[in-house]
Amino acid sequence: MTKTAFQSKRSKDNATGYILIAPWLIGFFLMFLVPMVISLYLSFTNYTMLNAPKWIGLKNYSRMLTDKDFWQSLKVTFSYTFILVPLRLAFALAVAMILNTKHKGLGVYRAVYYIPSIIGGSIAVSIIWKEIFGNNGVLMSLLGAFGVHQKVSVLGNPHTAIWAIISLGVWQFGSSMLIFLAALKQIPATYYEAARIDGAGSFCIFRKITLPMITPVIFFNLVLQLINGFKVFTEGYIITDGGPMNSTLFYVLNLYRRAFTYFDMGYSCALAWILILIMGIFTAVLFKTQDSWVYYEKK
Amino acid sequence: MSSSVKKRLRSVRFHFLTILLGLIMIYPLVWLLMSSFKSNRTMFQNTFSLWPTEWDILKNYQSGWSGVSGIPFGKFILNTLIVDLIGTAGCVVFSVMAAYAFARIQFVGRKFWFTCCIITMLIPSQVMVVPQYIIFKKMGLINTLISLALPWFFGTAFFVFLIMQFIRGLPIELDEAAEIDGCSRIGIFFRIIFPLTSPAIVTSTIFSFYWIWQDFFQPLVFMSKPQLYTVSLALNLFLDPNSLNNYGGLFAMSIISLIPVIAIFLIFQKYLVEGIATTGMKN
Repeated sequence: MTKTAFQSKRSKDNATGYILIAPWLIGFFLMFLVPMVISLYLSFTNYTMLNAPKWIGLKNYSRMLTDKDFWQSLKVTFSYTFILVPLRLAFALAVAMILNTKHKGLGVYRAVYYIPSIIGGSIAVSIIWKEIFGNNGVLMSLLGAFGVHQKVSVLGNPHTAIWAIISLGVWQFGSSMLIFLAALKQIPATYYEAARIDGAGSFCIFRKITLPMITPVIFFNLVLQLINGFKVFTEGYIITDGGPMNSTLFYVLNLYRRAFTYFDMGYSCALAWILILIMGIFTAVLFKTQDSWVYYEKK
Repeated sequence: MSSSVKKRLRSVRFHFLTILLGLIMIYPLVWLLMSSFKSNRTMFQNTFSLWPTEWDILKNYQSGWSGVSGIPFGKFILNTLIVDLIGTAGCVVFSVMAAYAFARIQFVGRKFWFTCCIITMLIPSQVMVVPQYIIFKKMGLINTLISLALPWFFGTAFFVFLIMQFIRGLPIELDEAAEIDGCSRIGIFFRIIFPLTSPAIVTSTIFSFYWIWQDFFQPLVFMSKPQLYTVSLALNLFLDPNSLNNYGGLFAMSIISLIPVIAIFLIFQKYLVEGIATTGMKN
């Protein structure tokens, strides 16, 4: 190719590239960048949508230090995420290992376990959970049938309400299970055979072969689910409405109330930025620890 | 014990475990379905039981379908469908276009924009809702169905990423051969890449449909007129403690809201299961 022909191809590539990403680019500016900039600006203002935003510097941020709801929502969201994510991943891995065998009807089981993942975010499912763990709900009536009569339902007790919501998360282990299953299938059978010949037991094989081989997938799941955990909203809004006694006041629920119940827009933007910061820190830390425990096979 | 008996036993144990777990997984859904058949009077007698003592199928579904606040439930479904079809169409088409550009075309700034794309994936849409609300309010888009479709319409990083991974898996020789035969970039896109990426496109379309169908946060913020409510918001309206006495109707419409999701799953199961599996398998 001559130089000019090469150049014309390059500039043609530039044009085609930008034409193709143009719609996404518009969305990026309109739906992401501009809102982010506005949000950052508003986080330094007092803004109720009735008056013009008034610059107050870092006051929104310093206000969080003494805001009980903020700390409570942080505590709730952290305990939710750090209990749910390991629980769900462990469960997903265990089920994936059970299904990673040769048996009849595997497709059916896989489908049944996966269905909760696709409908888990819907209001209908939150309504089911409300009725299972609530007053006169499934659990209370079941215990009652066995002669155990309780005055307070799981959702009515500030110590247990969050566990009902965690159980809803664990119920949706299906998509992680599918990812684990695909990863397990890729481990060469020769590895297992070699280990067996060397006399390794099942637990040893799991620890020394299976687990290291799927660490990239565990890592990927961990990052995605931590982010998802911090985002939890619908469950807290529908099932418990943050209660009882703010025991399920999730971070985003608190942010939503600040913005759309109290119209405290500036403060809720500051809350949003702290959430972004927290998620950024966790993602960065996870990526940093990657080298020490995630095993990538050399290609 | 002979090995065939051992094998038999292991198989029995396997199916016992998996069926038991399956029953636990499916119980909440079956409970909702059966409760939507129970009469309101008997709804909370032995709540756990799956068999209605008094059947009220027709009444529950009729009263639910007649809606809330004088708006029929069909209207909520129509609203959701409009938002969903517009949002999904834009989302998938524009995501495929961007994915092709990022995967195959060496344009200036490709790396930079791709990094931007990944960043949007890590930032939750919930934190964007306040400024989006303010922008939409200024533009007069609050209480319009457009405001619900717009955040999806221009494509989503997750799909760009998913489809890009898929395109990268296609042999580059295909592109090169087509180029030698005089096919333009756009020609390659429509004649080669688009047909070959159809599994990833189907997966993205289904997920996009699901996410918009079930979305609750954005409608909750952007919509205040009940006649514009989506299905999720309508169910939330049913839940209003001041008016909640028709549990039968609520459960019936909850079932209706799940039917499209589960039906699509049963039809396209293969795509979904494989699509999800491949998202985790990249390097």
